[in-house]
Amino acid sequence: MTVAPVLEVEELEVSYGPVAAVRGLSLEVREREIVGLIGPNGAGKSTTLHAVMGLVSPRGGDIRLKGRSLRGKAPELVARSGVALVPEGRRIFADLTVEDNLRLGFAGRRSRNGAESDLDAVYDLFPAVREFRRRHAGALSGGQQQQLAIGRALVARPHVLLLDEPSLGLAPKIVDIVFEALAEIRQQGISVLLVEQRAQRTVAFADRTYLMSNGEIRLVLTPADAADTDRMVAAYFSA
Amino acid sequence: MIVGVVDAQNLVDAVGLGAIYALMAVGIGLVFGVLRLVNFAYGQLIMAGAFTIAYASRANWPTWAAVAACFGVVLVLSLAMEVAVFRPLRRQSPAVMLVATFAIAFLLQNIALLIVLKVQGQLGVPASAVAQLSRAVSVAGVDVRKVTIVSCGVAVVALGILWLLFTRTTIGLQMRAASTDFTTARLLGVSANRVIAIAVAIAGVIAGAVAVLLTARTPYVQSDFALHDMIIVLVGAVVGGIDRLWTATLGGFAIGFASGVIYGALPTDKSVYLPSVLFTLVILVLLVRPAGLFAGGRSSAVERV
Repeated sequence: MTVAPVLEVEELEVSYGPVAAVRGLSLEVREREIVGLIGPNGAGKSTTLHAVMGLVSPRGGDIRLKGRSLRGKAPELVARSGVALVPEGRRIFADLTVEDNLRLGFAGRRSRNGAESDLDAVYDLFPAVREFRRRHAGALSGGQQQQLAIGRALVARPHVLLLDEPSLGLAPKIVDIVFEALAEIRQQGISVLLVEQRAQRTVAFADRTYLMSNGEIRLVLTPADAADTDRMVAAYFSA
Repeated sequence: MIVGVVDAQNLVDAVGLGAIYALMAVGIGLVFGVLRLVNFAYGQLIMAGAFTIAYASRANWPTWAAVAACFGVVLVLSLAMEVAVFRPLRRQSPAVMLVATFAIAFLLQNIALLIVLKVQGQLGVPASAVAQLSRAVSVAGVDVRKVTIVSCGVAVVALGILWLLFTRTTIGLQMRAASTDFTTARLLGVSANRVIAIAVAIAGVIAGAVAVLLTARTPYVQSDFALHDMIIVLVGAVVGGIDRLWTATLGGFAIGFASGVIYGALPTDKSVYLPSVLFTLVILVLLVRPAGLFAGGRSSAVERV
């Protein structure tokens, strides 16, 4: 018996006016899987995540969470059905305290039970976030804000965690912390869809990585392909 | 000189007007925070409340019933506005929403004018149910109208409750988040409809309170009731910094206090100069501090990044 994927994107079509941003894109994320999505700027990676979250309405295709369609749902309903997004640029509430930022993540939970202990779990995962929990989030460094943004998504207890370029602009040491945290998050039973610019690292790290350009999936790569940069480069620049 | 004629009574009265304008600024600022919309029809909500008190007075309702009816009418009208106009137009440009609130404002005003003029054959209706509030009491040798004391009390209590709401409750936290970055708040699961409806409802309750206080100050209710106040408060909120609730509120208080003092200080035949003096000051302030008089050193654009 095959288990339905946690997240399923099928023949997704998204356009901005006359410009097609995503064309016939299909991908899936299964239970406890880390799936990568890489590609050049403008390939449609963020648009794909935005379509899943209901921020943009697809022109065609379907998006399913555990077999149930998310298409046409408002972002807050998508969040509450179990999809959490760590947005590009982190989008931390700078004027609120670190802890209040985390508590906002509770809005996406299906149940309040165990909320406080999930807060502690985030503090255990990211000790820097615990250390500064009473501070204004705007006072944190970029790396700490990224950890806070991931923590804020995690306290919603999502089935699947979407991340939009979490390593952007971070020091290599912090990037390591983020990737280690993702491995730990998978251990907790959360599936991960990771949009990244760091192609080789993502391919080596994820169970499967989709390479997209010009709105379409070009390649599906496994960690064994991480050294095969020629293929990746060719796919990056294919029109 | 002006300073010479500003007496204690005048100052106290100006504080009372400042308190009412601060409340109006809170109502406008709350909705602006979550909808990025200046609800120009806010003044007509207050007008509707004032007419409710006036007609309740005419029907000899007891004061408590007139006040309760006022709150009821204003609250229902606010929520109706949200459901029928703001919600369907939320995805439209701010200009479309602003024009829509202008349309509601003039629609409500003209409905009021029609009812009063055509049906009653009068220009206005006296609201006597809250008349006892305009009586004066003597506090430390100064005659103070009761409405001034009540206005200050209502403003302090309302601001205190709001502060507790924002700092101690989940919905308050969600409203603060939604005011800074609505999209991210929604991505976290914060319900847009709920947050906006609650902001509109709180603003509506405040409009009801303002209607009671303003009718106590100006008991003859006409269709342009609160229109002038609304424009002044709007200016005050923008001058204070409409981007943030507390700066908008402070702006509302400041402009109410200032106009109260200047009105009291000017001889009656000179009070026609007040609007031109006030708006000249406003233009000067906006030229020097476009982000708002009370906005901190950091501009809001920087804080948003």
